[in-house]
Amino acid sequence: MKWVRLITVSGPPSSGKTSIIEKTIQELKKKEIEIAVIKFDCLSTADEMIYEKKGIKTKLGLSGSLCPDHYFVNNIDACFQWGRQENVDILITESAGLCNRCSPHIKEVLSVCVIDNLSGYHTPKKIGPMLKFADIVVITKGDIVSQAEREVFAYNVKKVNPHAKILHINGITGQGAAQLSKLFEIAEDYDSLDEKKLRFTMPAALCSYCLGETMIGKDYHIGNVKNMNL
Amino acid sequence: MEAEKRLVSPYDFLTDMGFELFEKNQSLDSYVEAMNPDYLEDMGTNREMLRANYHAIHKKPEVDEKVKSILIKGGVNKDGEKEGFDILLKPGEIVSIVGPTGSGKSRLLADIEWLAQGDTPTGRHILINGVQPDEDKRYSMDEKLISQLSQNMNFVMDANVEEFIRMHAHSRNINESDLLIEKVMQWANDLAGEPFTKETPLTALSGGQSRALMIVDVAFLCQSPIILIDEIENAGIDRRQAMALLVSTEKIILIATHDPVLALMANRRLVIKNGAIDQIIECDEHEKRVLEDLEKMAEKMLSVRNALRMGNKITLKV
Repeated sequence: MKWVRLITVSGPPSSGKTSIIEKTIQELKKKEIEIAVIKFDCLSTADEMIYEKKGIKTKLGLSGSLCPDHYFVNNIDACFQWGRQENVDILITESAGLCNRCSPHIKEVLSVCVIDNLSGYHTPKKIGPMLKFADIVVITKGDIVSQAEREVFAYNVKKVNPHAKILHINGITGQGAAQLSKLFEIAEDYDSLDEKKLRFTMPAALCSYCLGETMIGKDYHIGNVKNMNL
Repeated sequence: MEAEKRLVSPYDFLTDMGFELFEKNQSLDSYVEAMNPDYLEDMGTNREMLRANYHAIHKKPEVDEKVKSILIKGGVNKDGEKEGFDILLKPGEIVSIVGPTGSGKSRLLADIEWLAQGDTPTGRHILINGVQPDEDKRYSMDEKLISQLSQNMNFVMDANVEEFIRMHAHSRNINESDLLIEKVMQWANDLAGEPFTKETPLTALSGGQSRALMIVDVAFLCQSPIILIDEIENAGIDRRQAMALLVSTEKIILIATHDPVLALMANRRLVIKNGAIDQIIECDEHEKRVLEDLEKMAEKMLSVRNALRMGNKITLKV
């Protein structure tokens, strides 16, 4: 069986992850590279249809009431093996960073965070490990803002993640996707994810509400509970 | 523009990131060492990353050499035929790019932006000061070759004009002095025609005011050697003056437009066809006279427009 290049793509909702992945795959397909996408989401999504319409092999994982990040890490090794069986060269995972504390990136596995210019110039500061520990940061929607706004935004990204390569990609025209596809092609490949480690711990909760508690009040707070300083 | 090293104290840096600190004036190391690993994890970061972040805000943009020339070495057109042109661009020059939609204008600009080395569909090569640039320059945000003035006519940033200028200067590591603010304000107001102040929120600027501020900002605060103009809407801006300002900052100006006045302001026109440069037309004496005529017409339009705005009766002779 072939070794597979795994790439984890994450980013806040509506930042353009699906468009960026789809445009990048279009570039890769020109070179007859086999690709599959695994889309992780919470409740429902129509994104897998977008991929299927373009003839891209896709699997969908919905986490339902579980934290999507935990759901991701509990399934990623099986997904990776599925990719090997399907004989893909590049396997891309797409996960929505819903709470900004998500941390889906794996050490040594190429990681991408997609973030958009319209999200406000303070946003890079508010996003945690998913942005800070990514290898590549893709900034989208640059066509709707001015040069100065683009520069300030990229600077703010650079401040929180000085190591990342920053790429500006237009999700509508695909301008810049060819550059990203080159980085995908040279990503490390593996035969298994055993013994791989996450780059950063995942968001944690282990309290009565994790187990389905719905009542409010001190008597119901059991487990890993943190109180606000008021 | 003078670049001055700005020092941010470790205390300000960490509190800005949301950390709660009890003592001022400590070194970054003593703050970071004293932090409980659980607290750092709660903040979604670690010691190593914090040190790298602090280092990053003090790093000067790496603009190591001035761009004196950009050479576009021809590739092939959509049918694989040789392009047959090598174009040398030099600071202070205006070049327009013309051709129908889909002819390959964006492709040409993308090749320059990405420092193509025969690895794009056109097979073009871009040489800076006569040599092939390093691979890592492609990903360096400080050395982007092109600043773009696109068609958008408004800002989305939630800040006022002064905060915006300061923020942009800061991100380029330019000393954000009051003098700089005054200079930008004065030029932008001159170009816009309708006055605005430092306190005006960006999102409240009119189309013309936004455009004027964007142009002046690109002229004084962007370090890229090339400015790409994707149509300047005629929103009451003095375009001749705008172009003169940009040229005076020793930049290479590329205009992708079919607006007659703008396209003819260029010394050379690159005609793009079927994915490649098909012709280079130099602006001759006759074309310059046509431009003068067109400018007079544009001036008339502008004066009537201003008269309408002021509520005056139009007295122009016909």
